[in-house]
Amino acid sequence: MDVEVLSRIQFAFTVAFHYIYPPLSIGLGLLLVIMEGMYLKTGRKIYEDATRFWIKIFALIFGIGVATGIIMEFEFGTNWATYSKYVGDIFGSALAAEGIFAFALESGFLGILIFGWNRVSSKVHFFSTIMVFFGSLFSAIWIVVANSWQQTPAGYHIVGEGMNARAEITDFWAMVFNPSSVDRLTHVWIGAFLSGAFLVLSVNAYYILRKRHLEIARPSFKLALIVATACSLLQLVAGHHSADGVAKNQPAKLAALEGHYDTLARADMFLLGYVNNKTQEVRGLKIPGGLSLLLYGNFHEPVKGLNAFPADERPKQINAIFQVYHIMVACGIAMIALTLFAVWQWRRNRLFETKWLLWLFVFSVLLPQIANQAGWFAAEMGRQPWVVYGLLKTSDALSKTVTANQVLFSLIMFTIVYLLLLVLFLYLLNRKIKHGPVSDHVQEELEESSKRNNPIMQQ
Amino acid sequence: METFLGLDYNVWWFLVFGGVISGYAILDGFDLGAGALHLLLKKEQSRRIAMNAIGPVWDGNEVWLVIGGGALFAGFPVAYAAIFSAFYVPFMIFMMGLIFRAVAIEFRSKEPMLWWRKTWDVVYNIACIVIALSLGLMLGNVAYGIPLNADKEFAGNWMSFFHPFPIMVAITTLALFLMHGAIYLTMRTENRLYTKMHLLANNFTVFFVLSFVITTLYTLLYIPHLSDQFKQSPGLFLLPVLMILAIANIPRQIKKGMYRYAFLSSAITIALLLIMVAVEIFPYLLYASNNIDNSITIHNAAASAKTMKILLIIALIGTPLVAMYTAFVFWTFKGKVKLDDMSY
Repeated sequence: MDVEVLSRIQFAFTVAFHYIYPPLSIGLGLLLVIMEGMYLKTGRKIYEDATRFWIKIFALIFGIGVATGIIMEFEFGTNWATYSKYVGDIFGSALAAEGIFAFALESGFLGILIFGWNRVSSKVHFFSTIMVFFGSLFSAIWIVVANSWQQTPAGYHIVGEGMNARAEITDFWAMVFNPSSVDRLTHVWIGAFLSGAFLVLSVNAYYILRKRHLEIARPSFKLALIVATACSLLQLVAGHHSADGVAKNQPAKLAALEGHYDTLARADMFLLGYVNNKTQEVRGLKIPGGLSLLLYGNFHEPVKGLNAFPADERPKQINAIFQVYHIMVACGIAMIALTLFAVWQWRRNRLFETKWLLWLFVFSVLLPQIANQAGWFAAEMGRQPWVVYGLLKTSDALSKTVTANQVLFSLIMFTIVYLLLLVLFLYLLNRKIKHGPVSDHVQEELEESSKRNNPIMQQ
Repeated sequence: METFLGLDYNVWWFLVFGGVISGYAILDGFDLGAGALHLLLKKEQSRRIAMNAIGPVWDGNEVWLVIGGGALFAGFPVAYAAIFSAFYVPFMIFMMGLIFRAVAIEFRSKEPMLWWRKTWDVVYNIACIVIALSLGLMLGNVAYGIPLNADKEFAGNWMSFFHPFPIMVAITTLALFLMHGAIYLTMRTENRLYTKMHLLANNFTVFFVLSFVITTLYTLLYIPHLSDQFKQSPGLFLLPVLMILAIANIPRQIKKGMYRYAFLSSAITIALLLIMVAVEIFPYLLYASNNIDNSITIHNAAASAKTMKILLIIALIGTPLVAMYTAFVFWTFKGKVKLDDMSY
């Protein structure tokens, strides 16, 4: 394999792995603010226990998020040096702003969030929780701004030619509020809230099924259900806005999402299907003319097809893009259905009696995760062959001095290390969940009694 | 060229970048030093205390690296691109070190089994040493220079990283962090652990002074481009003199039991060291050892004047904020380490 393929695989792998964690931090951050707020307002111990329990899980998630996130910042330089030179003026400033405004805020107050419970007053602690949450929200702003600029460049001009060409800022705010950043940011934020809410739902559903920690699990489940329901519905609106933006700004990507090749053909919307990249045919369950309806409000307005673009200016892996996009949509719909049904059961006072529903919630933690990953794959693969839409091709963006062997070496290293990380993460997460939101004094007593039976621990 | 207070933007950004890197070296330096001597602590309790001494702050300290990366990317994209693609392999190893340090701290306390904790102790210790050495090796190479072609891209192979000078810088960096970390732990511990840290702090100070003197002599004798600034303007010799005073002050304060001042002195030592490196390499960011015309400077690597201005505004707003909450966090966790139920 050549450097380009290897570098793309490495970037996709490292960023996809990283992206398991930040949405969880953002989403859990929101729930921590709500839970701790409830604790301060009501003074009830169940909220304190719930908050302290989720802080521990938050710490675990955040730790891996940071460790894998630092890699991302430098991977532009290591593997995509030409890209870095080309966009440094713009992308770099967003990244610098992220570091100083967002990440520093988040990491600074994290120490107090995790270790400060007995050291600061409860109000100062609550303030720290809010700051950590804000930090994670701000992080998302700058990263999505930087990525959106790659999708819909604005506020720049090109200086120099050939290998020395690069984009320079002409208007900072036009760069920040480029045509897609607001739509994509809301989409990303809500996706992150869903990740956090569904994790809380899943863990508490498990407790309820196991009849453990019921006094904490039930109210926590309800809180998370409210967040999850609101966010699933909002995501429908945000997702629709994003799709509108893609149609306007990146027509080739939109055509790829639905496997729409021929401009003159009716623009269908598929629920599921399969694109034959060779014959340019799509088979599957569809709403005839649905894509036109979605974008223009009628069944016959033509939508620009893939064939309207030169072969080297449109993505190649249409079926893959089609599939990831539809997986994302399907997960979104599943989340709406699941949460609405649960709310209806709640109103009938049967929320915690329906066992199969609770089991669905236990596994539903995967839905937002899959949707987030699939959505990003659709966004990034749909932008190909461009790394900066319409300006710089991915194949021209590489580090010229890095060899395939070097990338292979780092890719193998990342694969091994990240798999190890994932196994450890799941193991520890599972342990913490099994341990549950009991206060540590209870746990210490348990440990004390087990120590007596374990001679090694007595040292 | 647009200027602010008589200095052009590029020089300002060079100073900001240098400041951030110094901040990183001072702050994460003691975390890394504490980690690099971890296995010298024998008791489980001592290891826990040492780890919790950096527990609430190491993450915030690492942020300075993230800010530094962003600062270089934004202000000097050409240098960012050249440096990280050139140091591909050492940098990947450095990154692995960072990952393993983070997860070792995170995972160690999660299980009570002895083998589990001992494994993470070893991982943690090695990771910190690897980070310090690879950081020093890369800094040494940046100062010494690497071969660059006319497009300002790396033109050597990985063998070109292993000159005696970068290796000496790597060892000096490790020694510096060990000293700094040991002093930090002395400041934060009590009783027998404290006595032990006291002794280690003294020994590592000697280790650092030795490796520093050897590296400096080598530089003066064999690397003209890193010493001519000093030879030309004798006024600059004030810097090494200040540094010698700062170093000399460390054992003095340790002896008196004034660990905060000892820690401050070693922080100042780190800052002065980096200032000296900055003076020597200025205005180069990456010196081309094969042909000086190919070197990357703060002018030919820079972002546009407009971006520089935006960045300076960001730094002006951001720095006081970061300083404020960093101070708040350090103040919250000041004093001797006490383990409680939220500790690692």
